[in-house]
Amino acid sequence: MIAFVIRRMAQGVIVMLVVGFIAFSLFNFVGDPVSLMLPPEATQADRQAMRENLGLDKPFYVQFATFASNAVQGNFGISLRLGRPVSTLLVERLPATLELAFVAATLALVVGIPLGVYTGLNRNSWLSRVFLTVSLIGVSLPTFLIGIFLILIFAVWLGWLPSFGRGDTVMVGGWSTGFLTGSGLKALILPSITLGLFQLTLIMRLVRSEMLEVLRTDYIKFARARGLTNRAVNFGHALRNTLVPVITITGLQLGAIIAFAIITETVFQWPGMGLLFIQAVQFADIPVMAAYLCLIGFIFVVINLVVDMLYYFVDPRLRIDTGAAGGH
Amino acid sequence: MLPPMSLPRLLAVALLACLPVLAAGKTLRYASQDDPQTLDPHSANLLATSRLTANVYEPLVWRDREWKVIPWLATSWTQPNDRTWRFRLREGVKFHDGSPFTADDVVFSVERALSPTSQLKVALQGVEKAVKVDALTVELVMREPNPVLLSHMTNFRIMSKAWAEKFGALRPQDYTAKEDTYAARNANGTGAFMVKERQTDVRTVLVAHRDWWGHKAGKNEGNVTEVVLLPIKSNATRLAALLSGEVDFVIDPPTQDVARLRAAPGLKVQEGGELRVQYIAFDVFRDDLLYGKAGGKNPFKDIRVRQAVAHAIDTEAIRSKVMRGYSRPLGSILTPGVQGYAADADKRLPHDRERAKRLLAEAGYPDGFEVTLDAGNVQPAADIAQAVAVMLSQVGIKVRPNIVPQSNYFPKIEKYDTSFYVLSWGAGVTADALYTLQALLHTVNKKGEGDFNMGRWSNARMDELIQQLQVEKDQAKRDAITREALLLVGRDLPIVTIHQPLIPWAMKKNVSAWFSPVNTVYFYKVRVD
Repeated sequence: MIAFVIRRMAQGVIVMLVVGFIAFSLFNFVGDPVSLMLPPEATQADRQAMRENLGLDKPFYVQFATFASNAVQGNFGISLRLGRPVSTLLVERLPATLELAFVAATLALVVGIPLGVYTGLNRNSWLSRVFLTVSLIGVSLPTFLIGIFLILIFAVWLGWLPSFGRGDTVMVGGWSTGFLTGSGLKALILPSITLGLFQLTLIMRLVRSEMLEVLRTDYIKFARARGLTNRAVNFGHALRNTLVPVITITGLQLGAIIAFAIITETVFQWPGMGLLFIQAVQFADIPVMAAYLCLIGFIFVVINLVVDMLYYFVDPRLRIDTGAAGGH
Repeated sequence: MLPPMSLPRLLAVALLACLPVLAAGKTLRYASQDDPQTLDPHSANLLATSRLTANVYEPLVWRDREWKVIPWLATSWTQPNDRTWRFRLREGVKFHDGSPFTADDVVFSVERALSPTSQLKVALQGVEKAVKVDALTVELVMREPNPVLLSHMTNFRIMSKAWAEKFGALRPQDYTAKEDTYAARNANGTGAFMVKERQTDVRTVLVAHRDWWGHKAGKNEGNVTEVVLLPIKSNATRLAALLSGEVDFVIDPPTQDVARLRAAPGLKVQEGGELRVQYIAFDVFRDDLLYGKAGGKNPFKDIRVRQAVAHAIDTEAIRSKVMRGYSRPLGSILTPGVQGYAADADKRLPHDRERAKRLLAEAGYPDGFEVTLDAGNVQPAADIAQAVAVMLSQVGIKVRPNIVPQSNYFPKIEKYDTSFYVLSWGAGVTADALYTLQALLHTVNKKGEGDFNMGRWSNARMDELIQQLQVEKDQAKRDAITREALLLVGRDLPIVTIHQPLIPWAMKKNVSAWFSPVNTVYFYKVRVD
């Protein structure tokens, strides 16, 4: 077991190195940050001096080696756009992204699972059809469009909710939270719906199809034959058995929510890591892009590790299997 | 989350909050696409940054509404000889932390702005060092003469020496360092507004500086006592925030939405001309076209072809279709408002397709030729490249627009890797002809002259005129030299000017602001009624 975790950690390091290396080879194409750091009217001598100072005149693998050796020492460099240490910026932005992701994921689960159960049980009711049709919107509309629609309706027309930003935040031991203020909570509503809508419809459809599958099995028929109440059958037996794939998908989707909050954060000017990243791309802010990509790589590595370990605990067959085969 | 504050500043802020005098003050919520990169007045020389620092830090000399240089932190100046400028400083000026402004601060700020990591060395062009004469007198010693030093110095802002020493912010940010400097996140200037709160990419809050010297000197024309600067990246969201009343002012509304904003109840749009010119330029250096097909020749070396291009471009159509009315067609590389602009040199060749075709035939290209037009993917440059391509195809020149990201575009044209390109040039820095002519039209040399002459045009008379401008002090003579240079450009057409863009600002009806030619809001001139 420990050997398994250590092996996975070692693989994780390799994954992050590869992510960093590929990222640096691509940075050649995002252009020259110096042309954005200096005014358009700056002299060529100024530009060249700055390029040399930043080491941008060196080939990308040399830049990558410098980055990697500094990163190992915990130094991710200075943002070229904001002139502040990248690690500070990421730590500052992490709470905003995690809070948004947490609310969006909760929303997706709390609304998605009951809707999935309902539509699975009442396949032919008109309400189920309405839910399914509406869920198509969630699956097919791009996030930025949903965000803009929500802003138009709830901020511009109705004036109920703010169109941008995070509201007032409170510092709790180095963590800036929006959960403790009225404006912070209000500001969470539209972005979390925008970010969670796709996951919500995904979970709803997954639960529905799993329910349909499970309801046909023998043990459900047997449970009904035993004279159990509908509630006990539907929730105690059927839903519980649908949850295994739902948990797997939710775990992986949580990574996706954190990593791909970029668009939602841009539309709502949500001061999280995604917004930081997109602005870094536009500015060719190489230190921020590199650190962000490595961090996201790290988050996925950790989530995958946790999911794998969960399997290990949940599924006894896997344990016996690996024990006999001596690991896989 | 509040940035850490020094005790005196904390006290100052607390004191400010208690004062009844300012109780009637107004708050302005101001939105822009980009957040200021830093609060350091000598670090990034970028518009988003200077829009903020110009309200917090002040220069020795500044400009009035006609954009003429006026005394500011310096009350008078003399030029004892060619290599020396002597400034008398204003008495009774206080920094935001309450400390007095003296010659030491000026000497320190000159050193700081000339240090290697400073990006505002241009604001002190030609200056070697500063010398304190007495507590309120400073001399600038010149390395080389700069007759328009005062114009440059309007961008040179003063920082407190004691404050910078106390917090270790002696030099502007070094991007290879491990840490950021204190001055990147905190500010202590003499300006009308002081920074109360700074959260990058979230908000920056400015409050009125109660001890600002300008209150007594009658410089305060506004009634705003608090400004909340909100960066909102997405165009749609920024406008939504204005329409929903969450912000009072948007400095950069997207042009395509301006008509709608004008019609919206409670909002208004104000526009003004930036000192900027949009132009296209030719590679007149190579003997063959680098990007294009013209039978082994470079047609742009022929004046008739350049004239044909000028005749083929319909600037009026660009104004109404591409710019939606937000431009002023221009025939001169200098815009009105720049010292040296001459109305009689502001003439374009008329839009005339037949004449263009005739000129092309005379030059030996009756069937035209093919060429690539390079542009950065910023508006309006990209749209202009598209429009010009269509207009030139109507006279037989097949143009392929090549639009690349801005961060790739500059490195490309800097290497002269272009045959034909679209560029814009802002003269707001000095508002003087020399700056523009030197960068755009001087023969390329290693001394920084001709740095933006990517077409490598070279004209001995132009170089001579620029050299005269570098030393001539008499304004009337300078204007005459400039006029000759502009007429020369108009005759030889190394570049074809298109227009001066007009900049729209969108705001609530109860807000009034003064449009400055550098597209910056000065909050002490803003009224909210």
